[in-house]
Amino acid sequence: MTSFQAILEGDRLALSRLLTQVENDAPESRAALIELFPHTGRAHLIGVTGAPGTGKSSLVNQLALHYRKAKDKRVAVIAVDPTSPFSGGAVLGDRVRMRDLAGDPGVFIRSMATRGSLGGLAQSTANVARVFDAAGFDIVVIETVGAGQSEVDIARLAHTTLVVEAPGLGDDIQAIKAGILEIADILVVNKADRPGVEATEKALKSMLELAHPARRVFRHHGIEMETPLYQVESRHPLWIPPIQRTISIDGGGVPELVEAIERHASYLAQSGDRALRERARLEAELEGLIREELVERFRREISAARYEKVLEQILQRELSPGEAVKLLLNGRFK
Amino acid sequence: MTEKKIKVLVAKPGLDGHDRGAKVVARALRDAGMEVIYTGLRQTPEMIAEAALQEDVDVVGLSILSGAHMALTPRLMDLLKKNGQSNVQVFIGGIIPDEDVQRLKEMGVRGVYGPGASTEDIIRDVKMSVAG
Repeated sequence: MTSFQAILEGDRLALSRLLTQVENDAPESRAALIELFPHTGRAHLIGVTGAPGTGKSSLVNQLALHYRKAKDKRVAVIAVDPTSPFSGGAVLGDRVRMRDLAGDPGVFIRSMATRGSLGGLAQSTANVARVFDAAGFDIVVIETVGAGQSEVDIARLAHTTLVVEAPGLGDDIQAIKAGILEIADILVVNKADRPGVEATEKALKSMLELAHPARRVFRHHGIEMETPLYQVESRHPLWIPPIQRTISIDGGGVPELVEAIERHASYLAQSGDRALRERARLEAELEGLIREELVERFRREISAARYEKVLEQILQRELSPGEAVKLLLNGRFK
Repeated sequence: MTEKKIKVLVAKPGLDGHDRGAKVVARALRDAGMEVIYTGLRQTPEMIAEAALQEDVDVVGLSILSGAHMALTPRLMDLLKKNGQSNVQVFIGGIIPDEDVQRLKEMGVRGVYGPGASTEDIIRDVKMSVAG
């Protein structure tokens, strides 16, 4: 029996081991990913991002609890924390806030370190989500690292992206900067029992009022991946991100947040946006894999000595990097 | 293929609330390049075994200062075995009387560390236990 068949039959250890292989990009995992790909595309992927300390992990805990108790959905959680740039090690502490989920076989929590990836996720997070999807989890919640202003990879991966804010973190200038707030499908003001919640909500509201409908263009490896919204707009109004208040310590506002997520999911389905995003995502993935493969092939064909020699010529300013590429690729990949 | 990282679960079973030692060890293992999953206070052996399974860790480090190590440890060892994870190496830190250290090792605990143990020794032993 392959590991994938075992996973379909609910073998949690097999699932966990496959996740490790996927994380390590082990050769066995590549075969498994091919095998499970036809079973993917069913789960709803929810991204949860926001600054450190806004309560993302606690909110994920409450979200998963609600999906279990009120909706009877199977929930996978992927919790990403940063890898140290110096030692390569990491402390992954998101589980501390998710202890209410212990003992429930309908929940599977997996922590991941970023391992040098900068966009708020790890390189292999998309494939880990794919394994959960194929294993029959209805909801996959992906918690990013505590994000600053430009860790926006999650928007490419998730169907619904929640950007979590908390009172007292910034004024309305922060709210009109580009980046993380732009990727929100739903804005969450967590810790809504704290003072300052009205001011935070007001700043977010005025940001939304300033915003004018723009096409979503994803950039991937410098290539613009467009989601041509005009196709959507012709029949459906644009999605305006709602602002939801939550108190993740006691679950306040979480049922309403889940309703908003469901409204967004049906908007994605009805408007055709889900299919368009899926296309953009898979195209970007294909593009990335082609690049990797071409670089690998090139490395195999070129001798290390020749490569070193050209590099030395660049160092000596005898060649520019641009000329060197032409020289090295001469006769290849015409 | 990226390098295989050593994954360690650091957990505090039982009822004592002193987690400074666990945090110091977690930090030291991080600085040694390992991926440390920290689960926090007051974990039951069931919660620890479940986390070890979901995270597919190589090593579980327990911090026990309550004196309940002879009750908690065998339960965890049984659960790991039941889940098919007898390959997981278990280490314990805390206040453990000498006469119990031997008994814990007989249960399969790989290493036991008391006050004053150096993090360098722990790192070395963890690395060795995973290497085989």
